[in-house]
Amino acid sequence: MSDTDMIDAVLDRHHHDGTRLMQILRETQEQLGWLSPATLTHIAKAIAWPRAQVEGTADFYSFFHTRPLGRYRVLWSDNITDRMLGNTDLLEAMCKKLWLEPGRVSEDGLVSVDVTSCTGMCDQGPAVLVNCRAITRMTPARVGEMVGLIRSETPLAEWPAEWFAVDDNIRRKDILLAHDLVPGQALAAALERGAEKMLAEIKAARLRGRGGAGFATGLKWEACRSAAGHGAGAAHYVVCNADEGEPGTFKDRVLLTSYAGLVFEGMSIAGLVVGAKKGLLYLRGEYRYLLEPLESALAVRRDAKLLGKNILGTDFEFDIEIHLGAGAYICGEESALIESLEGKPGRPRIRPPFPVTHGYLDQPTTVNNVETLAASCLIAAHGSDWYAQHGTEKSTGSKILSVSGDCERPGIYEYPYGVAVRQVLEDCGASDCQAVQISGPSGMCAAEAEFDRKIAFEDIPTAGAFMVFDETRDMFEVARNFAHFFAHESCGFCTPCRVGTTLVRNLMDKIARNHGSPYDIDELFKLHRLMQGASHCGLGNTACNPIFDTLNKFRPAYEHRLMSLDYEPAFDLDAALSQARQMTGRDDAAAHLKNGAEA
Amino acid sequence: MNNTFQLDGEEIPFTPGQTIMQAATAHGSYIPHLCWHPDFSVHGSCKLCTVKVNGRFGSSCTMEAQPGMEVENRTAELDDKRRTLLQMLFVEGNHFCPSCEKSGDCKLQATAYELKMMSPHFDMFYPDRPVDASHPDILLDFNRCIMCGLCVAASREADGKNIFAMGGRGLLGRRVHVSSESGKLADTDFAATDRAASICPVGVILSKRRGFVVPIGRRTYDLAPISAQVTEKAP
Repeated sequence: MSDTDMIDAVLDRHHHDGTRLMQILRETQEQLGWLSPATLTHIAKAIAWPRAQVEGTADFYSFFHTRPLGRYRVLWSDNITDRMLGNTDLLEAMCKKLWLEPGRVSEDGLVSVDVTSCTGMCDQGPAVLVNCRAITRMTPARVGEMVGLIRSETPLAEWPAEWFAVDDNIRRKDILLAHDLVPGQALAAALERGAEKMLAEIKAARLRGRGGAGFATGLKWEACRSAAGHGAGAAHYVVCNADEGEPGTFKDRVLLTSYAGLVFEGMSIAGLVVGAKKGLLYLRGEYRYLLEPLESALAVRRDAKLLGKNILGTDFEFDIEIHLGAGAYICGEESALIESLEGKPGRPRIRPPFPVTHGYLDQPTTVNNVETLAASCLIAAHGSDWYAQHGTEKSTGSKILSVSGDCERPGIYEYPYGVAVRQVLEDCGASDCQAVQISGPSGMCAAEAEFDRKIAFEDIPTAGAFMVFDETRDMFEVARNFAHFFAHESCGFCTPCRVGTTLVRNLMDKIARNHGSPYDIDELFKLHRLMQGASHCGLGNTACNPIFDTLNKFRPAYEHRLMSLDYEPAFDLDAALSQARQMTGRDDAAAHLKNGAEA
Repeated sequence: MNNTFQLDGEEIPFTPGQTIMQAATAHGSYIPHLCWHPDFSVHGSCKLCTVKVNGRFGSSCTMEAQPGMEVENRTAELDDKRRTLLQMLFVEGNHFCPSCEKSGDCKLQATAYELKMMSPHFDMFYPDRPVDASHPDILLDFNRCIMCGLCVAASREADGKNIFAMGGRGLLGRRVHVSSESGKLADTDFAATDRAASICPVGVILSKRRGFVVPIGRRTYDLAPISAQVTEKAP
């Protein structure tokens, strides 16, 4: 088959539909290795889109290649947890063996080696992606073997199967992971109740979004349900956000590996409530290996009359489609995710309007986290009273944490909301713990003094990441890793985030080189204040959080690198926290830097 | 309540549905901006128009005016942030005003004068950006691009051509794509008479053979500062 025939087959499969551009580009690249200018022209014509727009999508995503990057493309996950497991030395060793510079393609066009953002394998790193397939637990020996397989051009299908093994590592189960529901049980209960009563049940259970922001799920579903569809394509949509990109988070990977039925059932319940016939699961490109198992799981559910028309003998109709992302953290933001679902670069939309009224294809859309949807099954099956007994008053139910870093037992831990940080540290076997980064780089860095705080929306909200750092770790290097992450993942749309994240990264690198001064610390604060207020979306707004947090709590880690300290910064850190004190209603000694966290 | 809001203490009337920027512009009040243009749909990327509404930051080009809003605009705090944003735009591209044909007509330069930006402050990035001189009548010099998206909007909304699209990611990746396989403007149906040919607020899209038709010193923002030239019929 010629290249053109091959592309045409892909295009036919997707009905020449431009909104399916992401899938068209991915499938084309899987066969051709890269997306050449001629390929993009051909695709643009076929879907009747301006060529520049197709190119704009193709070069937005890290995993689409608009230049050849070799027949083997090795990407090392570069989260701080991979770093702590020694990925830097392994990458260097691999490059040495291959006579390569990172980021460059070998002269013979065989191979390239580079880094990528966290691939969600923090509990079994160092991890790599080879031609977008996940490989875990890299060792010096594996590096040697892999170089041999690449040199001999052995197809990936013939590589040792155990390299591709991804473990669940479930260490603690609570109501969700220990559920005893059979397929269809929750959905049958929801159908029995009907859409309105099911919605009332979700609201009564006080279910809140597990993606980090904690928006009330019932309110979101209600807003979507009561919004009217627009125009000829009037419809409602359910979108499951499985773009689990926050470094250190991997709980959705486990849910989609071993609890996919529950997730699909939750999507169906959401569909029933909001009046949708179609659900879309947006799976991050790093989890490409889950596509076929998930498709099979969908097929099983269709056979069991749990998807499709006349579900469980009723007139309820609902089906689910899986869309793969292609390496862009920003697509975890719900409006950017919707743009991506429509074949466009993942650029957060101007809001309002919100997706619940104008979402996918401009239609009312509810976007929910994987874990939120799974949890809705428990409410459907057991009722809101039962559900609300778990957790705390303001945070009902349970939360799955992805624990990684310096601990004996990294993996998945599910707790009722309200668990103390210290409890989690004890359970995972973390000794000499210096700090925990909770909810990833955009979350918060908890120091020893905060270990009695609780995982809950009213105290420490989290999307699930729980990265542990012991006393030997340099918290400055942790923050610097996160600064690099945000600079790499900024979509580039708005000025403060596009330029600011790179300026922050450069300042952190400058300090790392022992060329910093107190002036540079002031500059970091200045950029933080600008980006927090002026950025277009949450990425820019939170990008300086890890720096702000570590500067407040681990300032010596920065200061011992500075050239001189003989200059008193004009910026008053304690005064800057006055607003935070006001918001939390605190003015006690511990809420002030001099007496509190810094001591 | 009246359909008015306060902009730095001045009462601004608005019609429901208007953004703060639209209402202020109609009233002749200046809110610094680069990516907003009255004729095209909102982009909201430059963030120069960031104001403080009832104590919270927001983009005045996207935020709808509401009765009784108290909007801070030209405060020291906000102008300081805007100066930093301008400095960011200057260092991420290659801007050499003295040799630029757009000098005096350039909104980036005029806004920097308005906000008294005295230096680029940050280290320059000196990015490697292409110049496209392929078109017989038009020169594209992407060294000066500020990613405002106005050429994209003008080509799509006014010319119906879709010659440009924003693509790429991050500081070094973000760029304007030209809709041809070669990436050259000559291989598109772009014409010097297109609205997109005259929309660029900086000196990326320039007409060939028209250098110094208006001498330096008599150009748009040489005659009066940008804040004194607020009109709904922006050039």
